[in-house]
Amino acid sequence: MSDDRFDSIVVGAGPAGVSAAIAMAKAGLKVVVLERGEYPGSKNVQGAIMYTKMIGDSVPAFWKDPQAPLERPITEQKFWLLSKDSFFQAGFKSEKWLAEPHNCYSVIRAPFDRWYAKKAEEAGAEIYTGITVSEVIKKDGQIVGVKTSEGDELLADVVIAADGVNSLLAQQAGLLDEWTPDEVALGVKEVLSLPREKLEDRFNLENGEGTTIEMFGDNTQGMMGYSFLYTNKDSVSFGVGAKLSHFQKTGIRPPDLLEYAKSHPMIRRLLKGAVSQEYSAHLIPEGGFYSMPPLYAGGFLIAGDAAQMVNPSHREGSNLAMTAGRLAGETVVEAKKKGDFSAVTLSTYQKKLEASYVIPDLMDVKDLEPLAEKHMDLIREIPELFSQVAQDYFNVDGRPKHEVMKSMLNRVLTHSGVQKTLKKEMTLKNQWILTKMALKFRFLLWKSMRGK
Amino acid sequence: MNSKKLPLVNVDEKLGTVVYKADHQAHITLKSADACLNRCPDKPCATVCPAQVYRWEEELKKVVVSFENCIECGACRMLCPLNNIECHWPRGGFGVQYRYG
Repeated sequence: MSDDRFDSIVVGAGPAGVSAAIAMAKAGLKVVVLERGEYPGSKNVQGAIMYTKMIGDSVPAFWKDPQAPLERPITEQKFWLLSKDSFFQAGFKSEKWLAEPHNCYSVIRAPFDRWYAKKAEEAGAEIYTGITVSEVIKKDGQIVGVKTSEGDELLADVVIAADGVNSLLAQQAGLLDEWTPDEVALGVKEVLSLPREKLEDRFNLENGEGTTIEMFGDNTQGMMGYSFLYTNKDSVSFGVGAKLSHFQKTGIRPPDLLEYAKSHPMIRRLLKGAVSQEYSAHLIPEGGFYSMPPLYAGGFLIAGDAAQMVNPSHREGSNLAMTAGRLAGETVVEAKKKGDFSAVTLSTYQKKLEASYVIPDLMDVKDLEPLAEKHMDLIREIPELFSQVAQDYFNVDGRPKHEVMKSMLNRVLTHSGVQKTLKKEMTLKNQWILTKMALKFRFLLWKSMRGK
Repeated sequence: MNSKKLPLVNVDEKLGTVVYKADHQAHITLKSADACLNRCPDKPCATVCPAQVYRWEEELKKVVVSFENCIECGACRMLCPLNNIECHWPRGGFGVQYRYG
């Protein structure tokens, strides 16, 4: 292996790395993927929901492959606001989502990653597992290969770092500093087995369909984060995550939080009788756009978690990784045609990401987390407030409805958290922005009424 | 922030569900025992590590590292306020082996 020279070395056989490898191998490039786990997926953790569009971009019509380790097509997605003893729910379920191609699937990452890596092998890439890359090899400012922890040296025109949230490779290449506890979330998770029939009855599922629930509120003990429940074929994936800096501040132990979340009266009943098959933990890069490293250098590209490509507000990450990996692969294919692997040529990777949804989405949500962090006092109170307002609405106590409505409105407007936030946010500048938005809306209304 | 104590969970029981390929070679080391003893009152590694790799031993006056428990999340490197934790990957093929993940 040490004498071999490759067009590209991909470090990491996760969604980003394998997508890159498939794109390059399909174009006839000589590609090797180096994976530190004994098999692809052995180090990877995700909820996990995977999106058809992005898998299909690499493996067309994969859902027809009986070998594809898909658990359940998702036909229902729900959000819960959890107070101590209740949940307020928003969600959507559709028969349309039963038709192929499905929107998304629940998957279990270890078998999924093995299957996905096999697709790269079938396309012509070589995959070596059990190999930890320790450093990049540089020559005249250009990255020209990698060195493994066993001391082997491999050379290539381009190295793609797809080595996940702890990208020691990007750090070692000098493109990335260690992230701070503010830029990552820590998630802990269990896969809990439940007999298929019981699971389908409990979650109101038929035809092999699946459901997702994302829960916000009491289950994170005031930390910024959420828990999730995804249905697999014969098991349920349940996990909870929060910003690492919040774990640090509260001193809450992650496994204690997991058990606490599982014991919530509204969740306990969903997990009754389910037996834990595996406990896992993983970091999620949630620094977003501001935490992204430079995405390219001479002979070097970064994709996926390694480059903070996660959109936490839409619980998307592996799909961004797949798209970025594919675009990184296509960039290398083009560079190979030009015979130029300089930073200038590889910078088209950045442009491709900007033209896709990856960077625009990350740009859109870039200020969401700092904003939420600023208003954590209110966010912590919202589930309880929703619970009270919902009880006002649904309880019948003999009062006239207009009085009930008034008391609901009062409950919101006199809430100390709401008042504090209004005081903080109703600056002249923000009032001006709201007025402008109202005027713009009024203008659009006027235009549409005139039929233009 | 709410720091109400939650019921303590037996982490060993949780780790009992995890498959490892054990390596005799430690992939985690503490750069200085003195830093933990004298300059780190909170010891966040001992609480936040999801696999309880780090344990403060009062009698030994040091943080004991059970690297074989590690499930390789990497949080410890970012958590340590003194940047005192040297956490590399285990050698290729060793360490945690998620069957589900």
